[in-house]
Amino acid sequence: MKASRFDYFRPTRLEDAIALLAEHGREAKAIAGGQSLVPMMAFRLAAPRFLVDIGRIPGLNRIAADHDAVRIGALVRWRDIERSPELQVAHPLLVEAVRHIAHYQIRNRGTVGGSLAHADPAAEMPGIAITCEARIVVAGPRGQRAIPATGLFVGALSTSLDSDELIVEVRLPPWRDNRRWGFQEFSRRRGDFALAGVALFYDNSKDGQAANVHVGAIGVGDTPLRLSAVEAAIEGKVVTETIIRDAGAAASESVHPADDIHASGDYRRALVGVLTERALARAAGLPWRGDI
Amino acid sequence: MTDLATVQLKVNGKAFEASVEPRTTLADCLRHDLKLTGTHIGCEHGVCGACTVIVDGAPVRSCLMFAVQADGADITTVEGLAHGNALSPLQAAFRRHHALQCGFCTPGILTTAHVLLSEEPDADADRIREVLSGNICRCTGYIQIIEAVLDARAAYKQKTGAGP
Repeated sequence: MKASRFDYFRPTRLEDAIALLAEHGREAKAIAGGQSLVPMMAFRLAAPRFLVDIGRIPGLNRIAADHDAVRIGALVRWRDIERSPELQVAHPLLVEAVRHIAHYQIRNRGTVGGSLAHADPAAEMPGIAITCEARIVVAGPRGQRAIPATGLFVGALSTSLDSDELIVEVRLPPWRDNRRWGFQEFSRRRGDFALAGVALFYDNSKDGQAANVHVGAIGVGDTPLRLSAVEAAIEGKVVTETIIRDAGAAASESVHPADDIHASGDYRRALVGVLTERALARAAGLPWRGDI
Repeated sequence: MTDLATVQLKVNGKAFEASVEPRTTLADCLRHDLKLTGTHIGCEHGVCGACTVIVDGAPVRSCLMFAVQADGADITTVEGLAHGNALSPLQAAFRRHHALQCGFCTPGILTTAHVLLSEEPDADADRIREVLSGNICRCTGYIQIIEAVLDARAAYKQKTGAGP
């Protein structure tokens, strides 16, 4: 279907974009890559009267990693992350998650900031933000503030952003050399939204125990979730096949997804257990019982 | 009535100017204003891939982009792939391998595969399948499409000098 009518602005300065959003309030939407918003507008699930195109505001498309953080500008596209040699080293978990996002043509336009602002509970980037304890830098009329990812996502397709605030950057804590990680998701067709997905990492201590365990899941709640019971099942342990099974069982018990048209809640619970096992086995370099 | 916006586009090497409503997608602008009907519209919400065109070097879904967002862009549509009446090596491979039947999805697959092979002339079948997962074809069952793209790699390797 065709989108409803709107007025279009394309400011080239961040402060102008914020002023336009402030002026038009909830009738305005920011657009960058548009890969989530335009389908919503095509279905008329969204019908903003004003579109503020932030796609040409300079300075929002940088990728930088130092000892403080991995900083990714809001206008960085998935293709930029996929093709960044720096991020292969500085955040391999992010790169792997991004490879699962939609399709090639979508990854050529979709942006980091757009995905975070859209806040789809099955989307990869919000899941990475939650799992990795990212901070989201947002700019508004009163200046900039950094929101922890847990404070950004308040529900399905819903964030704590004010209507005159824009995401300008996501900051991920720096990666570590001794870090092990895994990312697994399942969808019926390549590129579809995940029915469920799991991201996890831990740091290998000198005697082989897992420390600083972080486990997150997508597609099984109104927001991406941290699975603290799974983290507790792994923390301080040497990852073995037994620990992998325990972690999977804890994951299934941790989530309470509702039935929907795509899958039953029970199916998703089983799936998140399997994906946790698989991601942890990959992280530990162990075979997984389902491997052929 | 919303004001019309003027959009300047370079399409297949030619400069165009169009007056469009802001809500006009790039796909509709190409088809209705520029009369370049080689770009097809299937689902109109970004899942079928039929409308894929190349914007500033990257294949994108032209139904998920408003024409105003493409102002100033350099665009290649399927019409820009052939050399006059001569099929491009990729198009010729599609013909050889019977990689199309009704042809509705073909423009989006050709534009996508053209950039893939231009950037990755050594792409293997898995990579080609992964990239073309964003294009739905209801006729062929995809086997011949993958074969055609694999076959066309030789021409791209010669062009870029990347191959042996």
